[in-house]
Amino acid sequence: MIALHNIQFYYPKSKIVLDNISLQFAPGNIYGLFGKNGEGKSTLIKIMTGLLFPKAGDYQAFGNTISRQNIACLQDIFVVPEEFELPALKISVYEHITSAFYPNFSKDEFYSLIKEFNLSPHQKISTLSFGQKKKVLIAFGIATNTRLLLMDEPTNALDIPSKSQFRKIMASVVDQGKCIVISTHQVRDLHSLINHVVILDHSHVTFDQPLSKVSENLWFGKPSHAKPESIIYSESGFAGKAVLMRQGKNETEVDLELLFNAVLDQPQRVNYAIKTNYDQPQV
Amino acid sequence: MDFDNSKPIYLQIVDFFYENILERRWQENERIPSVREIAMMVEVNPNTAIRAFTHLQEQEVIYNKRGIGYFVSENGYDRVLTIKKKEFMKTLLPDVFKKMGLLDVTIKEVNQAFHQYLKNIDHEKK
Repeated sequence: MIALHNIQFYYPKSKIVLDNISLQFAPGNIYGLFGKNGEGKSTLIKIMTGLLFPKAGDYQAFGNTISRQNIACLQDIFVVPEEFELPALKISVYEHITSAFYPNFSKDEFYSLIKEFNLSPHQKISTLSFGQKKKVLIAFGIATNTRLLLMDEPTNALDIPSKSQFRKIMASVVDQGKCIVISTHQVRDLHSLINHVVILDHSHVTFDQPLSKVSENLWFGKPSHAKPESIIYSESGFAGKAVLMRQGKNETEVDLELLFNAVLDQPQRVNYAIKTNYDQPQV
Repeated sequence: MDFDNSKPIYLQIVDFFYENILERRWQENERIPSVREIAMMVEVNPNTAIRAFTHLQEQEVIYNKRGIGYFVSENGYDRVLTIKKKEFMKTLLPDVFKKMGLLDVTIKEVNQAFHQYLKNIDHEKK
């Protein structure tokens, strides 16, 4: 279990980026972390990785408070950042040197993923394109078998077939021992993988719900004759989609883009609709 | 798999199973792919795949042999036929009737089109 408790963070001489953030992450799930640009997603990921430390509040991973000294804990966390640099080594040499830091690293898994991504262990990383470098790091991150795997915009720079490959791989690696957190704007790339949504806005957590609860209580689509009071949020225009209270209607797939817009526009109403229906006794 | 946004993904996976069973690609008492294999195949979170398997088990279309895997039920084909037929009569047909009213299509015209369709199929077979 990963637990953040009242986390606060700001960079030197700047306003507060994260304020009073409390979140819990359980294994066996793929969390989607969303928020507009500059709302602190990457900062939160850095804190969860142990690359930045909160100014206030408490962050515990697997029952330990994260610190620079707590090696055992850091060995169980891996991050695939949005931007990164890798050394100018052959893939196999990079693996040989870096894998030593991760006790549960699986060589077999790494090289089979490298092969799946159409790369070869003998290739020099400096000769690869950015998308290919990202694949090396994604493969490495999965093969570390850390209990917490964080990914910041993993599908950026991946070509179209690789995005599908990435989804297949992620679907196969999430198991009861692993907790995966993906921060992204590419909702369409990942919506079938994510089963829990966290939305950051104005330095706060505005939304934190499993998708099962969302689809249980909210209805997404083009309403033909909806009672105005059941409309939580609607978009005008030709597509004209809306979020309604479900109230016994057929279950629909959660439209993540629509949910995101609805939460930013009407955070109280969305959260209230989910909470109220949830608290009602089952008939 | 391309997903249609109006229907929950788990039910779309259920439909994929139904199709395989109706078209006899998956035979009765035959082992079907595992939760993990299905999750990979359709690129979804395994939790979503589990929901589809649970639904299919409740419908008695598949069953689980502990430690071995999932199988199509003894009368799986008939079960699916009943379920899909009911769905056709209850949702698809009323939609067609509604459109017929809107476009002023008579049942006679539909009947003619249907016979033409049968003829064409017969012709193709020859």
